[in-house]
Formats: sequence, structure tokens, C-alpha cells
Amino acid sequence: MRKTRDTMLVMALRHTPLILFVVIFLLFGCLSPRFLSYQSFENIVKQASYIGIAAVGMTFVLLTAGIDLSIGSNMYLSAVIAGLLIQNHNLPASLALVVCLAVGLLFGTVNALAVTRLKLIPFVATLGTLWIGRGVGLWLTKSVPVEFPQSVTQIGSQKLFDEVPLPVVVFALVVLCASVLLRWTALGRQIYAVGNDLEAAKKAGINTARVRGTAFIICGLLAALGGFISVSQLGIVNAGFGKDREFDAIAAAVLGGTSLFGGIGSVFPGTVLGAILIQMVTIGLVSAQVDLYLQPLVAAGIIFVAVLLDSLRTRQLAKLSRRHIRVEELTSPRAGGIVPMLGEE
Amino acid sequence: MLENILQFDGISKSFFGVRALEDVSFSLPGSHLLGLIGENGAGKTTLMNILGGVLAPDSGRMRLRTADYAPRRPADATGAGIAFIHQEWNLFTNLSIADNLFINRFPRLGRSPFINRTVTRKQTAKLLESLNLTLSPETLVDRLTPGERQLVEIAKALSTGAEIIIFDEPTTSLTAAETQRLFDIIGGLREQGKSMIYISHNLGNVLELADDIVVLRDGRVVDTGPGRDFTIDRMISRMVGRAIDQIFPTRESRPSQEIVLEVKGLSQTGIVKDINLVLHKAEVLGLFGLMGSGRTELARMLFGLEPFERGEILANGVLCSRICAGDCIRRGMAFVTENRREEGLLMEATVVDNVGLAALPAFASTRFPRLLRHRQLSEAVTRIAESMRIKSGPVARTLAKNLSGGNQQKVVIGKWLMSRPAIFIMDEPTRGIDVGAKHEVYSIINDLAAQGAGILLISSELEELMGLCDRILVMSKGEITGGFNRAEFAQEPILHAAFKGHQRLSQNGRAGQR
Repeated sequence: MRKTRDTMLVMALRHTPLILFVVIFLLFGCLSPRFLSYQSFENIVKQASYIGIAAVGMTFVLLTAGIDLSIGSNMYLSAVIAGLLIQNHNLPASLALVVCLAVGLLFGTVNALAVTRLKLIPFVATLGTLWIGRGVGLWLTKSVPVEFPQSVTQIGSQKLFDEVPLPVVVFALVVLCASVLLRWTALGRQIYAVGNDLEAAKKAGINTARVRGTAFIICGLLAALGGFISVSQLGIVNAGFGKDREFDAIAAAVLGGTSLFGGIGSVFPGTVLGAILIQMVTIGLVSAQVDLYLQPLVAAGIIFVAVLLDSLRTRQLAKLSRRHIRVEELTSPRAGGIVPMLGEE
Repeated sequence: MLENILQFDGISKSFFGVRALEDVSFSLPGSHLLGLIGENGAGKTTLMNILGGVLAPDSGRMRLRTADYAPRRPADATGAGIAFIHQEWNLFTNLSIADNLFINRFPRLGRSPFINRTVTRKQTAKLLESLNLTLSPETLVDRLTPGERQLVEIAKALSTGAEIIIFDEPTTSLTAAETQRLFDIIGGLREQGKSMIYISHNLGNVLELADDIVVLRDGRVVDTGPGRDFTIDRMISRMVGRAIDQIFPTRESRPSQEIVLEVKGLSQTGIVKDINLVLHKAEVLGLFGLMGSGRTELARMLFGLEPFERGEILANGVLCSRICAGDCIRRGMAFVTENRREEGLLMEATVVDNVGLAALPAFASTRFPRLLRHRQLSEAVTRIAESMRIKSGPVARTLAKNLSGGNQQKVVIGKWLMSRPAIFIMDEPTRGIDVGAKHEVYSIINDLAAQGAGILLISSELEELMGLCDRILVMSKGEITGGFNRAEFAQEPILHAAFKGHQRLSQNGRAGQR
């Protein structure tokens, strides 16, 4: 009996993010029935997609035991450059997207080089590019907001098969590609290996600089893509665009079970759930008509509790899956027949 | 089959003018296992680094089969069919066994970038089967026991098509049964025609396994010959360069009747059950048991590092309830941990920082900001380092990671000497250090007892306990299964108690060998 109870507990703990997700969803549903509609769910996922895409990139970096603090500035700079080119040279939206992604890629490459060539620790390297990126953007715009034409904002409101909003489609595609990359390619497995033990990875003949660098480049690219999706919904980039978004992305990844120490985590369901959960809390608080000035505090509280639960879960899991030295005698007469779970058997 | 597969010819190497290897020549015949022994610092590691392409020799050459062999990087050694199995594993605990085996050379699905899982799974399963491991290739390494991890390392070596396998202290974290299993597999590999070099401080194991033995001392080959011609005595005297007629110092003190530590009915579900023990002043009390018998867990409970559900611990007659390590230190307890690299030392810190760690409050000024008095601290540490004969550069500047294993262990013990504790718990204090350093650790234990400390000495080496202790307690499966006074010390009954509850193992009679 005890054993099945333990197994159920382990199962429940393993799926904590999902359970938490459902609980919070239902909780807001009870507070405001409007929240439970398909419309509102679609809205949540749509709004979550831009942070979600950036968080997928962040997951790559976190898996290698790195961190990227610069993605907010990356979003800003890549959108600003694309927007200015549209304004001054009448660039079509599709080309603007390419430019935006190219800037993101370059941004990620700078981070990658700073970490692998200059051997800066990721925290410091990306803290530097955070200031540089925003600085360059402010210098280019003189902090004047950059407006985007209808050709771009159209993208944000388009729907696939008249049903699924385009941002959600892009998010889903990114998640699919990222999952396949992490699970089914050598690079993906090596990302996990590097995050688990950098020294061992070097000894195993893995080109660790390449692996870590690639993670930063992917992160930069996805940050720019996420930024563009956001721009296509807002239509304008002001001086504060993307600010502090890195923390949303980190929170989404960590809520989804990604470890800040590297090697543990997943894009799906992990980071996806995390990103949607954060957005759900934000929108849920609005539809539950919580005081506007109280919302950030309540949202922070909910997210803190979620992360706390997750960390308790990890500890509890480690405890439950620890091997036991001895098997306690049970009261049943056949106790002697139980095969001990011993390490040395 | 006696053709030499690997030959070292006059290898010399110096570091900053210090000779590490001098004119080392010997050869490894095919399908042979060569035991390589020597004290720490004798040059074994340097030689293996040269073989592995990590270092280049100053002079001399190596021959592999009939060709010259001069590796320039580790990949060259792997390519030449040489694999290393180190004391510390190179496994990624968050990945599956199959992923670990193929991490730097995944087979692809056709020309796509995707991993061909069918191939990795099949090949892994085949390798695991050849090692008699009944595990799924998808099992996470995190879930494996130390013994299983060691075998996965071997599977990794075999998967690269290695013909020559170097084992460096492969048994330090294995239980007796796991060690025996490893030896069976080594025997099997030899039959398949693999050649091996086996490096270990466990001379008994080397004697049991080796076809040939090479002894290194101060960078030179001082003895070589067929394994059957060697005895432990010959090995030791060659390694040390003098006969240690007495490895264990004579106990000068007698335990007093005064009790310093008493444990009553200590239990924790699934870990230990009903542990009772008494440690007297000036007594060395041995705690013997197989790995995984609960010895380390018990020690950690006594020092407040792990919880227990029932029972009492009395230190110097005072009941300790809800103890933590800090309380234990204040009550005069010291814990020399099993794993010096991870638990015992700050590897990146100096000798002074390490030794001073547990006694810092004693070196703080008495008034408010309680700043540290560095000069007094480093003087005190220097005194201890001298009295323990810690060989290091200036104690205030030498980092712990730059010391040899034996000296590191002395630093770990020295850390506790500062606060003059009355109770010492020592978990495997001589693991992985050479004979000379062992002797010094034994002398330190002896001196501590003579000064009146009670010592609980945990060890897997029965000889060591029989040589040092006044009494030995035996644990098996989390219970105390035997107690022996010095007059009753004998291998057989003690081992018998250690295997209590392991019927299946003791019946086939082999697992008792150590």
C-alpha cells in the first residue's frame, strides 16, 4: 500500500507544473466564468507567444548552465533597426523580418564570442550587451518611438485557417523545432551534457565552445523573433520596449522546471507551460478585476509560490528516489520473501 | 600472444626542472594485465598522461604494436585504441546510458542531422549485455549505483573499440560485490584479448589480477616481474624504498572508562535501525561494514547532517536533541568526511583557509566587528602543518588542490585539531592515499588517542581497523551485527558479521575477499 502511495506521490510531483497550471486555470475560472471561454484561452496563448518564443531561446542557454540577460535589449535593438529601415527605405514587411532576425543573430553571436572567446562568465557578458544593445538603440532613435506600417501589424492579427492566430502558429513551430533539436540531434544532447558537467564534456571530446556559443546564438535569434511578434501586435516600439523581458523569459523557463544550474529542463511541456502560466496569471487578474495597482504584487506572489513548490518538488523527488540501505520488516508473514532494493545486488 | 602490444622506451619528463619520470622502460604484452604501483608522486599519473596524449615526454618514445606512437592530443590516444577509466567518472548523470556512450559520435539517420536511435539503442544493449548488465539503454545514469556507473564507463571504452584499457583506481567507490563483478569482467576482457594497465593502491587487488607488475618510485622503474613472484611485502618495500616492518604504530594508550559519546536506539526508516554504541575517552573504535551498509549515514547522523526518527545521542554526557553540525563542533566533535575533494576541502582555497575553517571564531577579536586576526591564525596553522608534517609551500599561499592526496587528507584532519575536539568521527581517512601517507595518518590517530580523544574510525580496510582499534563494531544493512574486542580480532568472524543479511553473497563465498 505504502509503495503505491509513494508511486502516486512521485507521479504527482513529476507533473507539478502541469497540475499547477490546471489548478490556477480553474481558480481564475471560478473567480470569473468569462475566463474559462475558448476566446480567453486563445487570447492567453496569443499574448504568451512572444515571451514564450524568447523563453525557448533562454531555455537553450540555461541548459548549458549559462544565462542571457540581454534578450530585452536584443528585442529592442532588432525591432528598432527593422523599423528604421522600413521608415527610411520602404522595406517590405518580409524583408524587415529578415533584417530583424539577422540583427538578433548578430546580437547572439556577440554574446557567444564574449563567453567563449573572451571567456567572460555569461552573467557579466550579457549584462554588458544589455547596456550596449539598449544604448545603440537609443542613439539610433534619439528615444523617439518607431512606428510600424500596417504591412507589419497585419501579421499580428492574421489567422491560420481563420482559426489560429499567427503568433500562436509561430510559437508552436518554434517549440516543435526546439524540441526536436534538443531531443533528436547530437547538438541537443551535447547541450544537456555541457550543462551537466563542462569538464567531463571537454574530456569526452565535445567542442564545448561551439555548443555553448550555439545556445547563445539560438537565444539571440529567438529573442529577435519574439520581439518582432510583439511589434506586429503593438505597431510601435518606444524606448522602453523589451525592458525587463529577460526576467519574464527566465521565470517562464524556471517555472517550467528548467534548472539554473544547467542540464535539466525541457522546452515542451516545461517552458511552454511556464510562459503560458505567467500570461494566464496576468490576464486572469485583469478579468477577476483585481485592483490595477495590486496586480503586479499578486502576480509576483503567485509566481513565487509556484517556483517554491517546484523547488520543494525537486527536493522531495530526490528524497523519494534515494536508494534505501535496508528494507524495513513489514508485518505481513511473507516479509522475508521481499527482495531487498540494495545497491550492491 | 606474448608479442608486446605497447612499449615504453626510455621515457623522461621534467616539470620546471623537477624530474617526474626518468628513463622509464617497460612493455605490455598482448592479452596481459599489468599492475602499475607506486606511491603518490611516483610518476604513475604523469606516465599515463603521456600515454593518453595529455603531456609530451621530454625524451624517449612509445611503440604501439609495431609502429611508433606519439599522441599529441587525447583524441589521438582514443583513435589508437587506448581508453582510460578514471577514478572519477566522466558520465553525464542527466543523460541516458545510450546518450553517454555516443555523446561525441552519434550515428545519423541517413544524411539528416537526426540521431539514429535504433542504432544507439541496439549497440548499447549489446555492450551492456556483454558486461552482464541488465539495464535498459534508456536508463538515466543518475539512477545507477557506483558499480553500475563504473561498468558503463567500461562499456564506453569498449564502444570506441579500445584494445588497451587503463584502469586508474577503479574500485575506490565500489562495494565488495561490485569489485568482484568488475574483476570477473576484467578477466573476461583479458580472454577476449584486451590488454590492460591497472593502477591501484589496493595492493591485494593488484596481486590478485596482474600478470605482470611494474613498481615506480621517484619516477623510475625500481622493480618489475611476473605477478606471481610478488608478495605484498615485496611491493611495499619496493614502493617505499625501505621495509615498513610496522605499518601500524604501537598503541601507547589504553582507553579509559570515561564515556565521551553514547548512542542509544538510533533509527531512521530505511537507513539504520536501533544503533547502540559507546565510545570511551582515548579509545579507537572501529566501524567496519561493506559500502552501503549505513556506516557513512550513521556518521552523518551523529554529526547532525542527516535526520533520525528515534534514539538519543549523548556527547560528553549531554543529550543532543535536534543537533546540527555547528552544535556538534561546539560540543567538541570533529568529522573527517569520506570524500575529501567534495566534502572535506575547499579545493580553491589555501591551506590556512582550510585548516582555520572550523576554528575561525577562536581567531576573531573579542570586540564587536570581530575581525579575524590573520597573523595568529596563520601562525597556528603553520604550527599544525609542521606537527603533522604537511608537505606544502607557504601555507598562506598554497592552494589545497595543489597538494598530494596524502597531504590533502592531513589538511582535512588538521582542520579539526585547531579546536582540540574530544570526539573524532573519521570516515575512510586513508582512502586513495599511498602507504607512506597512510602510516602518517595512523600515527596521527594514535597520537590523538594518546592525548585522550575518542575516535570512531570508519574503514573498509579490515586490516587497518585490526591494526589500530581497541574495539571493532560491524554494520550490515543498517544494523550493528557484531562487536569485537582487540583480543577477539580475526578476519573471518568480522567479515561474517559484515555479510549478515547478504546470504546469497556469502554462500558463494567469494564476496568476502577484499
